Amino acid sequence: MNTELTELADSVFADAASSDTGFDAKLWATLEETGLARLTLPGDSGGSEASFADAAIVLAAAGAHAARVPLVETDLQAGWLLTSAGIPVPDGPLTIATGDLDIARTHERASGTLRRVPWARSSSVVMLAGDSVLLFDPAGLTVTDGSNVAEEPRDTVTVDGPVTAASVGDHAGTELRLRGALGRACLIAGAARGALASSVQYAGERVQFGRPIGKLQAIQQQLALAASEVAAAGAAADAAARAADADGVLGARFAIASAKARASQAAGEVARIAHQVHGAIGFTREYDLRLVTTRLWAWRDEDGSEAEWNDVVGTMALEAGADGLWPLITGAP
Amino acid sequence: MTSTLSRLPALVPPPVDLPPRAAELRAEVRAFLAAERAAGAWSPRADVWLSGWDERFTRELGKRGWLGMTIPTEYGGGGATPLDRYVVTEELLAAGAPVAAHWVADRQIGPTLMRFGTEAQRRKFLPGIAAGEVYFGIGMSEPDSGSDLASVRTKAEKVDGGWELTGTKVWTSGAHQAHAFFALARSAPKDDTHRHAGLSQFIVDLHAPGVQIRPIPIITGAHHFNEVVFDHVFIPDDMVLGEIGSGWHQVTSELAFERSGPERFLSTYPLLAALIGELTAGPVDAGTRREIGALVSRLWALRRMSLAIAGALESGEAPELAAAVVKDLGTRYENEVVDAARLLVAIPPDPGAPDGFARLLADAIQHAPGFTLRGGTNEVLRGIVARGLGLR
Repeated sequence: MNTELTELADSVFADAASSDTGFDAKLWATLEETGLARLTLPGDSGGSEASFADAAIVLAAAGAHAARVPLVETDLQAGWLLTSAGIPVPDGPLTIATGDLDIARTHERASGTLRRVPWARSSSVVMLAGDSVLLFDPAGLTVTDGSNVAEEPRDTVTVDGPVTAASVGDHAGTELRLRGALGRACLIAGAARGALASSVQYAGERVQFGRPIGKLQAIQQQLALAASEVAAAGAAADAAARAADADGVLGARFAIASAKARASQAAGEVARIAHQVHGAIGFTREYDLRLVTTRLWAWRDEDGSEAEWNDVVGTMALEAGADGLWPLITGAP
Repeated sequence: MTSTLSRLPALVPPPVDLPPRAAELRAEVRAFLAAERAAGAWSPRADVWLSGWDERFTRELGKRGWLGMTIPTEYGGGGATPLDRYVVTEELLAAGAPVAAHWVADRQIGPTLMRFGTEAQRRKFLPGIAAGEVYFGIGMSEPDSGSDLASVRTKAEKVDGGWELTGTKVWTSGAHQAHAFFALARSAPKDDTHRHAGLSQFIVDLHAPGVQIRPIPIITGAHHFNEVVFDHVFIPDDMVLGEIGSGWHQVTSELAFERSGPERFLSTYPLLAALIGELTAGPVDAGTRREIGALVSRLWALRRMSLAIAGALESGEAPELAAAVVKDLGTRYENEVVDAARLLVAIPPDPGAPDGFARLLADAIQHAPGFTLRGGTNEVLRGIVARGLGLR
C-alpha cells in the first residue's frame, strides 16, 4: 500500500470537496501539477507511469470526495487509447465517447451524433470506431448539455469537422470497456466509503429517544451491513487493479468483471442504508450526503451494471464448468 | 467530510499476493485430491469441516506436511506461513474433502499452543497434531452461555497440584472422537464490573475420569455435536493454558483466525460446483447466467478479502473488524448458494442419495442454520463491526 500517495490523494480531493456542479478547473490544475491527472500514462504522454494499484488509491479518494473531474476518462481510457494509436495526447482533460454511436466518417472529417459523453463540454473528445481511434477538433463539435443522476455532465456531441485518426489493435474495444469498468469500480469503492463515513458520523450526532441513534442496535446492525458492502467493494476494486498490473487489463477480465459487478451491487445497498440512517435530512438538496449517494446510483450502471458484468462472469464460469470453476476463481489453472 | 472519512477505520487490510511457492503447493494438493477421488476414497460433501470426519484422510494430509503447517519444524510442523496454509485449506474445502478430524486442531489449537502454551505442552501435542493423529475440540458454549461467552459458569477450583473442573459444555464438535479440548472456565468468582476477568483456559483430556460425553444430534440425526459434562475433573497445573485469569484475552485473540478463513464462505462450494455441472448439461438462459455470475463474483470478492486478512495475520496483526465482516458476508453467501441451487435446477434435495447435486443440496439445506451461528452469530459480529466503526 502506497501510504504517501493515499495521503496526497486524500488531501488534494478533500481540499476541493464542495457541493457545486460542473467541471472543477482548479482541482484539475492541481491534479496536473501533482501528476495525478495522467497517473498511469507513459512519460511521453505526460503521464506518471504509475500502476493500476496506485490508480485505485487515487480514484477511491476522488470518489469519496465526489471530485468533479474526468479522471477515469482521461487517464485510464482516452489517454491510453491515444497513446496506443500513437496520437499525441492533448493538454487538459480528455473524455471518451462510446455507446450508441451514429457517425459517418471520411478520411479526415467526421459527422454524426455522440450521446452521453462524459464531461464533453470541458474535455477533448476521443472515440474508438472499429479499429480507428479518433481525436476530434473542438472547432467541429457542438455540445448540448446533459447529465447523469449525480449531475455529472453526460453531454450530446454533434460532430461535423476535422479529426485526427489512427488505427489500433484488435482488442482495443474490449480493453477500453474493461478499463472503464475498473476505474468506475474504484470510484464506487470510494463513494461508498464516503457514504458510510457520513452515516456513521450522523448516527453519532443525531439524538432521538434520549440518545444518539448510533447507540440503537437496529441502526448499528444496518451500518454494519453497509460496512460489509463497503469492505467488499474496496477489496474487489483493489484486487482487480492488482490483477490488471499482474496480467494486463485483458488478462484480468475475470477479476475486473467480478469487481465491477460486486461494486455495483454494493453501491445500491450502501446508498439505501445511508439514506435510511440519515432520515429525511439526507433526502434534501442542502445536505451533502447526496453528493456520494447520487454518484453511487449513477456509477453502478455506468461502464456496465452488475447485470452486464455478471453475465460476463457467468459466461466464463459456465465455460469453465464444474471442474474449471475453482481454477477460474483462484486464478490458478 | 474530510475528518469524517479519516475517522473511519480501514475495513479490510491491504491486498496481498500469494508467495511464489503457492502455485507449486496448490498443484501438489490438487494432484493428491484428484488421486483420492479417482480411487473413490470419498465423495465431495457440503460443510465438510463439521461433518467429514475421516482419520485416514487426515493422516494422509499429515504425511504430506499439510497439517500444522505454520507450526515450527522443531515441534513437528511445517514452518510455513499462514498464506501457505491458506492455499492448502481452500483447496481441501473447495474439493469437499473430509477435513473435520483435524479441523479444530489445525486451525486453532496449534497456533494457540504456539502463542500461549508451555514448552512441555507444545512438545506433548504439536507433533501429533501435525501428523494428523491427535484431534481436538473447543469447549466454549454452555447451556446458558452462547453469544454471551463471558457468562460461562463451568467452575475451576484450585486443589492440590491442579484444578478441579465442574460444569457443562455444549455444541462441542467431535468431542466423542477427539483426544482433548480447550475448556474456558471461571477460575475466580464473577465480578459484574469486570465480566471478562477471572476466566481461564484448561487443556482437558476427554478420557479423564469425571468427563461424560453425550451426543446432541443435529437436524439430520447425525452425531457431530456433544454435551461434555465435568464432574470434579482433575486438571494438573501443567495443563493450564496460558495464564490463570487471562482466558478472555486468550480466547478473543484467536478470533481473527477463526472468523476470516475460507471455511466461512466455502461450506457450500461443492454445491455451487455441482450446480454448474447440472446447468452445463443443457442450454442456459441469460437470467441464469447472470445469477451464476453474481454468485461467482461475490465468491471471488470474498476470497480476496479473506486473503487480505490472512496476509495481515501473517504480519502479526489481528484485524478483528475485517474478520467479522468476512464471516458475516461469507456465511450469508453460503446460504445464497443454497437458494440459487434450489431455484435454478429442478432437482429435489435427496438426503438418501449417495452423492451428487441432490445430496449436496439436502445436506446444505439441513446444515444451513449452523453457518450463521457458529463462531459468533452474525448479529454479534455486526455488533463487533459497529464497535469498530465507533458506534459502541
